Amino acid sequence: MTSIETHVKKPYEYGWETDIESDRVPAGLSEDTIRLISAKKGEPEWLLEWRLKAYRHWLTMTEPHWPNVTYGPVDYQAIHYYSAPKQQQAPKSLDEVDPKLLATFEKLGIPLSEQKKLTGVAVDAVFDSVSVATTFKGTLREAGVIFLPFSEAVREHPDLVRQYLGSVVPPTDNFFAALNSAVFTDGSFVFVPKGVRCPMELSTYFRINAAATGQFERTLIVAEEGAYVSYLEGCSAPMRDEHQLHAAVVELVAFDNAQIKYSTVQNWYPGDEEGKGGIYNFVTKRGACRGKNSKISWTQVETGSAITWKYPSCILQGDNSIGEFYSVALTNNRQQADTGTKMIHLGKNTRSTIVSKGISAGKSQNTYRGLVKIMKGAENARNYSQCDSMLIGDQCGAHTFPYIDVRNSTAIMEHEASTSKIGEDQIFYCQARGLSAEDAVSMIVNGFCKEVFRELPMEFAVEAQNLLAINLEGSVG
Amino acid sequence: MTAVAPQTRRAEDAVAQLVADYEAFAANGAAGAPPWVQELRAGAIRQFAEAGFPSTKDEEWRFTSVEPITRTRFAVASATVSAAVRRAVEEVAIGESGERLVAVYVNGRFVSELSSLALPTGVTIGSLAAAAEGDVARQHLGRLADPSANPFTALNTAFVLDGAFVHVGRNVAVDRAIQLVFVSLAGSEPTVSHPRNLYLFDDGAQASIIEQFVGIGDGPYWTNAVTETVLGENAVVDAYRVQREHDNAFHTATSQSRQGRSSVYTSVTFAFGSRLTRYDLNATLDGEGAECTINGLSVLRDEQHVDFHTTLEHAKPHCPSWEVFNGVYDDRSRGVFSGRIIVRPGAQRTDSKQTNNNLLLSEDARADSQPQLEIYADDVKCTHGATLGPIDPKAMFYLRSRGLDEEAARNLLTFGFGAEILNSVSVEELRTQLDGIVHARLDESARKRSS
Repeated sequence: MTSIETHVKKPYEYGWETDIESDRVPAGLSEDTIRLISAKKGEPEWLLEWRLKAYRHWLTMTEPHWPNVTYGPVDYQAIHYYSAPKQQQAPKSLDEVDPKLLATFEKLGIPLSEQKKLTGVAVDAVFDSVSVATTFKGTLREAGVIFLPFSEAVREHPDLVRQYLGSVVPPTDNFFAALNSAVFTDGSFVFVPKGVRCPMELSTYFRINAAATGQFERTLIVAEEGAYVSYLEGCSAPMRDEHQLHAAVVELVAFDNAQIKYSTVQNWYPGDEEGKGGIYNFVTKRGACRGKNSKISWTQVETGSAITWKYPSCILQGDNSIGEFYSVALTNNRQQADTGTKMIHLGKNTRSTIVSKGISAGKSQNTYRGLVKIMKGAENARNYSQCDSMLIGDQCGAHTFPYIDVRNSTAIMEHEASTSKIGEDQIFYCQARGLSAEDAVSMIVNGFCKEVFRELPMEFAVEAQNLLAINLEGSVG
Repeated sequence: MTAVAPQTRRAEDAVAQLVADYEAFAANGAAGAPPWVQELRAGAIRQFAEAGFPSTKDEEWRFTSVEPITRTRFAVASATVSAAVRRAVEEVAIGESGERLVAVYVNGRFVSELSSLALPTGVTIGSLAAAAEGDVARQHLGRLADPSANPFTALNTAFVLDGAFVHVGRNVAVDRAIQLVFVSLAGSEPTVSHPRNLYLFDDGAQASIIEQFVGIGDGPYWTNAVTETVLGENAVVDAYRVQREHDNAFHTATSQSRQGRSSVYTSVTFAFGSRLTRYDLNATLDGEGAECTINGLSVLRDEQHVDFHTTLEHAKPHCPSWEVFNGVYDDRSRGVFSGRIIVRPGAQRTDSKQTNNNLLLSEDARADSQPQLEIYADDVKCTHGATLGPIDPKAMFYLRSRGLDEEAARNLLTFGFGAEILNSVSVEELRTQLDGIVHARLDESARKRSS
């Protein structure tokens, strides 16, 4: 396989920067910073109080260091907590949006203009700390679906936001959730009313552009009784030598018979081959299946970030509710990932499925960490977990740390994990059939991840497959 | 926070008490141990005093609270021989008397009058205190079990006095099982013993070794054992460990083995007794082509708590390892399993399989499983699996359709669950003894259920 070793590594495709004047608050974090962010967003008094409370609690907390990752200290005073592209006033329609911004998203493959917008997918485009455009607002409004940038939702539907904000991930939940609660800037708010099946896929694309900023987005999705929504999230950032912090919070709430499908393709800048630069991706994602027969499904493809640290979780409260977690985490060069899920079974006949595929290459470390907790009242709960790791190269590491805690004897749970090298005989077979080694590896890796890709919406599945192929280039050998 | 404070103080008090006990023990001439042993102890007590007792906030102790141990004041136990001790030894000893290799330790101290040792050439079995005078023990004692890794190991090392010493010479094959019987005598006040065992198998040695822990009397006592096992090149060793402490006992133990090139080590552990057990089983494959099997079974009832922590470390290439731990939990008992497989950089061609199955027989039983893989080499095959649940209703239905009544079907399935581990016992008489214990346990559960 030495011939492939010489293969030139393709650089990070989204590493360019948009030259745009930005309005950003000075670096540093204090109550004044929070007041300033809140004022810039024109927020009501209760939200400012909520932020300040979270901030005061955050001050009493210490940064956790239990995950299986190592990184230098984060200087929270060196970060700019708010950065927005300068605009005269809020654009009323797409025509008023700075063409530079539209071009940025077009270059990223997310056309926002009327003629070109993706059919069947409504997009909310977030640039640094603000949302720049949201497509298909009208069509969605007709269906009764609210899909708005978070700051707009606070203005237009304060009661709904107030009711659900922090109800799944309380501001005091953990260090990064507390930080996010204090300084969060933008994100998406989705509300699907009773009995409505959202007519199209909803999608938010996050772009970090400005240097030395952190992105702290907040997403909240509520599906009322019998509602259905599928939400996609994508992201990228320019290549820079210093690390940037991204600490998001995502909350999902599903009531009786509701279904939420949340898919992520995470492609933040991973840093260079020596581990210089890259995003620290410290995210809290949690969904609550509050109602009977509700279902929350997380699908994630993690290929970017210098350090990924996230555990999309499900709290299965309602009887017969279902939680799913499908994940592909790919690490290359010096990337580190500590990711997995938590499935907390509270209701009767609750079911959860975990399928996690980890691929480590180069000098990276890839960890699956998960918790399956079946509480006393969760009669007939069922869990199936499968965690497979693939190693490409002899200097990477793959680790599996599942925690299983069962307090009900009628529960059945199974956990399986395996770790192995990419099959040389399989590569040989493909090569004998005329495929290049690189294509063979890509094919084997895609086959390895098939169970997860199957869960992704069509457009994303294609993107994810290409992403894996790009990120693996040069690592085979 | 205020609710926690008294407990914390208690643990600190317990540590201070143990340090004071150590000082009295050391000032007493510490039973005339050689200076190197005294140094070993002094280093260990410092480490223990620094670390203190673990709390459930420590990742390694998340599911096991040692509070019942820290709450009790344990005095250092002394050895006495009574008719009850003789009976207990006779009950577990196997083989024809006269041909036996049975060494007996009462409260951690070797008692030669109870032991029957017809030693073949090249084999030493006896007291660690006696062996500590020689060079062999000095070379190995305290080299494997790391006091900084576990406060209980540190405590055992601080109070190291006596225990089992076994040395099988180069190319010697021992044709009978070596039996080490550890009897704990509960006195009028709670006592603690710290048996320290060292088993050395030179290149090409072959032996089976059985450790049996039994308890006499009703009062609480605490056994805190540490075993170090060294296998030379090509050595083949089967090690069995049967823990049948009294229901009021506490049992904390660490076993650390290191294997040389192409050696084969099989360790089978059984836990039936004690109210709180924590057993750390660490095996290091430190020579190419070494093979290791670690199996375990716990059958629990009432409020028993067993925590098995295993670490299989593949330090060298071309080593296969297998691990199966099964647990059967009735009443309000609780089983914890944490199995870690570490593949060190360069340990290529590692092939490791780990399985943990848990059977919950009662609604209040609880199990926690934590299989872990830490892999730093690429050309490896590692798998782990964990299952947890009640008896399979389909299997029950099948047996009922064949005419078995519910109780019989249930017992058969439960026993089958344990038999997976019992089958790895190749010493016939021990197997018979263990089958008896498991059957008795299941019958007892059945009686309780029907009444």
